[in-house]
Amino acid sequence: MSTQAHAAEHHKESFVSKYIFSHDHKMIAKQFLITGMVMATIGMAMSLLFRLQLAWPGESFSVLNFFLGDKWAPDGVLDPNMYLALGTIHGTIMVFFLLTAGLSGTFANLLIPLQIGARDMASGFMNMLSYWGFFISSVIMVISLFVESGPASAGWTVYPPLSALPQAMPGSGLGMTLWLVSMVFFIASQLIGGLNYIVTVINLRTKGMKMTRLPLTIWAILVTAILGLLSFPVLFSAALLLLFDRSFGTAFYLSDIYIAGEALTQTGGSPILYQHLFWFLGHPEVYIILLPALGLTSEVISTNARKPIFGYRAMVGSILAIGFLSFIVWGHHMFVTGMDPFIGAVFTFTTLLIAIPSAVKAFNYITTLWKGNIRFTPAMMFSIGMVSTFISGGLTGIILADSALDINLHDTYFVVAHFHIVMGLSAVLAMFAGVYHWFPKMYGRMMNMKLGYAHFWLTFISGYGVFFPMHFFGLAGVPRRYYTNSEFPMFDVFIDLNILVTVFAIIGGFAQLLFFFNFFYSMVRGPKASQNPWKSNTLEWTTPVEHIHGNWPGKLPEVHRWAYDYSKPGKEDDFVPQTVPLEEGEKDGEH
Amino acid sequence: MNFLIILLSVLGLIALIQLVRVFEITGKLRGNNQDDIDFQENKLRAKLWLLFGIAYFGFFIWLAWEYGDDLLPVAASEHGAVIDNVLNFNWVILIIAFVLTHVLLFYFASKYYWKPNHKADFITHSTKLELIWTTFPAIVLAVIVIYGLSAWNDITDDAPEDSINIELYSKQFAWVARYAGEDNKLGEANYNFIGGSNQLGLITPETIQERKSSLEDEVINIEANLANAPEGGAKEEELQENLDKKKRQLAKIKTYERQNEVDPFVNADDDKIVNMEFHIPVDQPVNFQFRSQDVIHSAYMPHFRAQMNCVPGAKTRFHFTPTITTEEMREKTGNDEFNYLLYCNKICGAAHYNMQMTIVVESQEDYEKWLSEQSTFTSVETAQSREEEKEVSEEEVLAEKN
Ligand code: HEM
Ligand SMILES: [Cu+2]
Ligand SMILES: [Cu+2]
Repeated sequence: MSTQAHAAEHHKESFVSKYIFSHDHKMIAKQFLITGMVMATIGMAMSLLFRLQLAWPGESFSVLNFFLGDKWAPDGVLDPNMYLALGTIHGTIMVFFLLTAGLSGTFANLLIPLQIGARDMASGFMNMLSYWGFFISSVIMVISLFVESGPASAGWTVYPPLSALPQAMPGSGLGMTLWLVSMVFFIASQLIGGLNYIVTVINLRTKGMKMTRLPLTIWAILVTAILGLLSFPVLFSAALLLLFDRSFGTAFYLSDIYIAGEALTQTGGSPILYQHLFWFLGHPEVYIILLPALGLTSEVISTNARKPIFGYRAMVGSILAIGFLSFIVWGHHMFVTGMDPFIGAVFTFTTLLIAIPSAVKAFNYITTLWKGNIRFTPAMMFSIGMVSTFISGGLTGIILADSALDINLHDTYFVVAHFHIVMGLSAVLAMFAGVYHWFPKMYGRMMNMKLGYAHFWLTFISGYGVFFPMHFFGLAGVPRRYYTNSEFPMFDVFIDLNILVTVFAIIGGFAQLLFFFNFFYSMVRGPKASQNPWKSNTLEWTTPVEHIHGNWPGKLPEVHRWAYDYSKPGKEDDFVPQTVPLEEGEKDGEH
Repeated sequence: MNFLIILLSVLGLIALIQLVRVFEITGKLRGNNQDDIDFQENKLRAKLWLLFGIAYFGFFIWLAWEYGDDLLPVAASEHGAVIDNVLNFNWVILIIAFVLTHVLLFYFASKYYWKPNHKADFITHSTKLELIWTTFPAIVLAVIVIYGLSAWNDITDDAPEDSINIELYSKQFAWVARYAGEDNKLGEANYNFIGGSNQLGLITPETIQERKSSLEDEVINIEANLANAPEGGAKEEELQENLDKKKRQLAKIKTYERQNEVDPFVNADDDKIVNMEFHIPVDQPVNFQFRSQDVIHSAYMPHFRAQMNCVPGAKTRFHFTPTITTEEMREKTGNDEFNYLLYCNKICGAAHYNMQMTIVVESQEDYEKWLSEQSTFTSVETAQSREEEKEVSEEEVLAEKN
């Protein structure tokens, strides 16, 4: 059956097959985005609740009582177990549900077929499965918030034995089981999705779309999907073994434990084994979040600087190098677990290696702006902000990677500052850049720019306002995951600064209302978009504004050049879409 | 109250919608459409980056100014001083990199704003530049690695022979310190021996016997209950399970007993156990061994730049030499109440935030005096069992009276 016939056949779709069990990649992208936004709202709200406790420990807040009830916030004072639970679920949602599934799910689905010139994903059905796996896992995670003994509370990394033993904390009861079940669905969804992305990029590129002409977004997404495919199965095993230890009396992670007045019979396991398995995923995971973010910003920066991305090949090379290296650095999360010092030294070395391709990327972004002709669209503002956070947070990584220095900084607020800036802020800013930039492609309308700028500045400034001071907490020895610092007189000097952080968090949190309003308002009332509003070169802007099944009405476009011919000398316009044939004697790409 | 919030939100929403309308209409009046951009506004946005850059550096400097003195005081250990040197060296490099990259970023952003009828330079790459900024960071990082790892290797090297051996034992939510005693060897321990006054599960001939007889009693007890339990019920199952568990534990204790006969365990009788506060002598290497009773904890002693996880089922180690006594540190910091602290730095449950122990660093004499005042494990044990006996006899007396 030819694709056109296929398209015609599906012309009259029911509501259910169009909006719910859709196989169309554009619709699935929107589903991922909206689900991610809902989850992010929950995650963000949780962080505001625990920030209240951190700024004004032990004080009564009616909002806490309103959201958490008498059990977890009696008289409006947060319960310490609930404090840990909020932090755990906040981390889980932000890392996995927003920045893994939400970010990759949205932009891989939207952009892969559109930017490589394919009618849809290799398997629309698997793509749908991937979304629904994510949806089910989100629902289970949300349900886990309401169980009697409270949601999982052992931190987003859920280290056993704490997470394995209900005697250790209430959150390690049913809530933890649901957490693990949710993650099992999540991982399944990631694997199905990732496989599909890889197959699509490799097989369905349109005529002329050589790998060396792929936009950097697609390169980044491709490598991300490969990382996910290789590392998520390891988390899957880790989670499964943890389920066994919890429910069937096995002892993969347990040994020599005396708890709640009883010596456990399970022995012979090692809690450190879990950490190795977790971080074997966990470190690639942070790049699973970061790489797509870098891909999106590359595209936005080049388009709006009206200038080719500087060093396309170096950028691709760095993505590949980062992808490879990210598999051999996981031990830097475990320097003080008692692991062999020699192995620690090896991990220090590999971790510092990864800083080289990261630095190359940062330099290339900066040089792309140099002698550009920059249009500061909201997406561009977010992208430049992202370059700044990527640098600020990446630099502190170099300190943490130094095993000798990590002895004193591990698990302090310094780590919290590092990863929130380099991963949290960078990826969130990039995701916003992506939404502002591709909104016209998703909904055929423009978002309001003025609100966009207001949203950007509030988000960006409060982001730094929240996380930058945390470096200082960490350098003073303040540990993360403390319900309050008031048991330590030596931390009293930071009382004011903690309040400042919370104030920034509240401003930043409420600033997102501007975005939500802009998003939903523009979806229905925004001005109609033109076909190529940003004067961009990539293929998605050659499709009609109205979405059609199969993306291009007639034949698939043919590609003749790379994606970065901006301001090419001798051309009338400052952009040359990829579909424009090369003139005689004209050179393609980086020449 | 709730009504007010809803009302305010609705009003806010309406205001926003009106605002957006106004933006749209004024945009149209000025003849703007989405494909064009406003030169002045775009230029303003470019300049905002400069402003932000100044604000960002300003924030950094303010924080350093205000809070720079509230960070950890000078390292109070030999290796800690080395760590601080490495850290400072790193800071110099990183702050230079931070400032340079950000100055360029903000400068370029503010300078190269869009101008009509102008084209950007078509610069695709520069092999020379790229080689420079790959090799230069590589060289700098190599220096960082070499400097850092040489410190790391020294720190993690074997502890000197004459170190004092101390165990730090963690449990939800407290620390216990154990000194090795006369022989400077920490006695063996096992979690099956935990109970009663033996909070660390130390293995001595007495604790073996004690544990054995108490388990045997329990077994007899359960067997009696089992005989009386209704057959086939849930109660029977539970008792049976419990019985199996105790028997298995008993079997384990017996293996320890036999092993002790063949090859006696390191003597734990002379070990000294202290809670709440522990002392170490200045300028003496201390070799810590860490164990945990239940979940992972982390022994964090930031003033000494020391940290090691306490992992159930494993023994971990860290050693350092304190160089500044508590008294001296109080003078240095100008804080009469200053204390070195050990606290937990791995999430371990509800009271993770309050799991601390005071460390006192003092002169060799003071340390020895303090230590000699602490009682050994056996003397604690006998005292405790005497205490228990006394309670029992008192109860008997009471019972007789009645
Ligand atoms: C220059 C590159 C980087 C280096 C050298 C580096 C190094 C490190 C090290 C050594 C740690 C462990 C700190 C500790 O727990 O004591 C760490 C933590 C972390 N890093 Fe990075 N990092 C880099 C970039 C990134 C990037 C790009 C991301 C994410 C996109 C990231 C995300 C994280 C996260 C999430 C953690 C903390 C996880 C946790 O303990 O909860 N890092 N980093
Ligand atoms: Cu990592
Ligand atoms: Cu703890």
